[in-house]
Amino acid sequence: MNFMALKQPENSLLGSESDSQRTLYPYVTGTSVAALEYKDGILMAADMGGSYGSTLRYKSVEQMKPFGKHSLLGASGEISDFQEILHYLDELILYDNMWDDGNSLGPKEVHNYLTRVMYNRRNKFNPLWNSLVLGGVKNGNKYLGTVSMIGVNFEDNHVATGFGNHLARPILRQEWHENLSFEDGVKLLEKCMHVLLYRDRSAVNKLQVHIFLYTCRLHLLDKSS
Amino acid sequence: MDLDMNVNAPHSMGTTIIGVTYNGGVVLGADSRTSTGMYVANRASDKITQLTDNVYVCRSGSAADSQIVSDYVRYFLHQHTIQLGQPATVKVAANLIRLLSYNNKNMLQTGLIVGGWDKYEGGKIYGIPLGGTLIEQPFAIGGSGSSYLYGFFDQAWKEGMTKEEAEQLVVKAVSLAIARDGASGGVVRTVVINSDGVTRNFYPGDKLQLWHDELEPQHSLLDILNAPSPEPMNI
Repeated sequence: MNFMALKQPENSLLGSESDSQRTLYPYVTGTSVAALEYKDGILMAADMGGSYGSTLRYKSVEQMKPFGKHSLLGASGEISDFQEILHYLDELILYDNMWDDGNSLGPKEVHNYLTRVMYNRRNKFNPLWNSLVLGGVKNGNKYLGTVSMIGVNFEDNHVATGFGNHLARPILRQEWHENLSFEDGVKLLEKCMHVLLYRDRSAVNKLQVHIFLYTCRLHLLDKSS
Repeated sequence: MDLDMNVNAPHSMGTTIIGVTYNGGVVLGADSRTSTGMYVANRASDKITQLTDNVYVCRSGSAADSQIVSDYVRYFLHQHTIQLGQPATVKVAANLIRLLSYNNKNMLQTGLIVGGWDKYEGGKIYGIPLGGTLIEQPFAIGGSGSSYLYGFFDQAWKEGMTKEEAEQLVVKAVSLAIARDGASGGVVRTVVINSDGVTRNFYPGDKLQLWHDELEPQHSLLDILNAPSPEPMNI
């Protein structure tokens, strides 16, 4: 197989490809993740497709993973980078547990950690090719935030990545309100994923939905009293 | 290649490789063609490489890259086995491959399928495409020839096949890919791994069934010439 070096203009600021290690383009990618806060916690949805260029190559990819006691991470973009982020987070949670001080990292703190990781990689021109959605509940407080591969981060009541930015967020802006019931939240998210299936070429008709509730302990207390 | 490359499209790779689980183990399969450009450098290569007694890997893409990655992982697994005191699991082997593939993603051009059997999880197949994603699958296909097999497997794959069914499926699939992919060819090699051990099989062209527009193999043109007049072609 012949390999031609990517031709660059002479006055390029990027430097030669061989100069440094950097991720230039993604290979296996996941598409949009959408999430919203509802009355009792967080709802997050994504499809289970892993695209390889234009081929819908993998159909059982998990784009969302819960970790620690309080958080749920969803990611679109390069799956191998997402898997690496999960390894970083496992280490982070491990060190947190080793303090053995009764405290545990909440979603806001994890979001901040991820923002630093993503932004610093971007500064080195070696980004993790993902758009992350970080949701969770700690001590009854819901949190939902997002970080992009260039480090843009913010928190909001509803977020979406990739195509979802263009197709899901307008729907969410119009129909989201405080104290959504579980059913209404699911219906709203389903509507978003529906539109994405119609209009996103890399969408697949198999969904994964994560529900992050107030911690079980609180529920039990409510029931007994 | 045009200068305006679609940077999101994957590079096509010579080869067809397959890994399939069945109830009791796994079957790995591959073609045997190694090409440099248009020339077939090796028409009888063995792309199914041993990592440990119970774990093998199917290699595709750059021959050099896939060989060096296998060599490193074999070395690491050997040390791991000594430390552990028992055979390494398929998952460990797959993760080692992933680490090398991921951490050197800018330099490596190789897609791998790791398959094996261990006493904890039985038969397992892990796909590790370009970029270093690790994905456990009931079956995996890779290499340039795999493009022609997505539809075939969508239709023909079944959960809980027997060893014979699984091997037949793999041989059929590699054979179909060879029929259509210029970068795949030669013979079909399979490796079956289960609790009883490892079995290597080899299927030369004449052992494979004929597909569309293919003719029966002949020993010599002379046989055809000396045969009775053939029927006129319907053009």
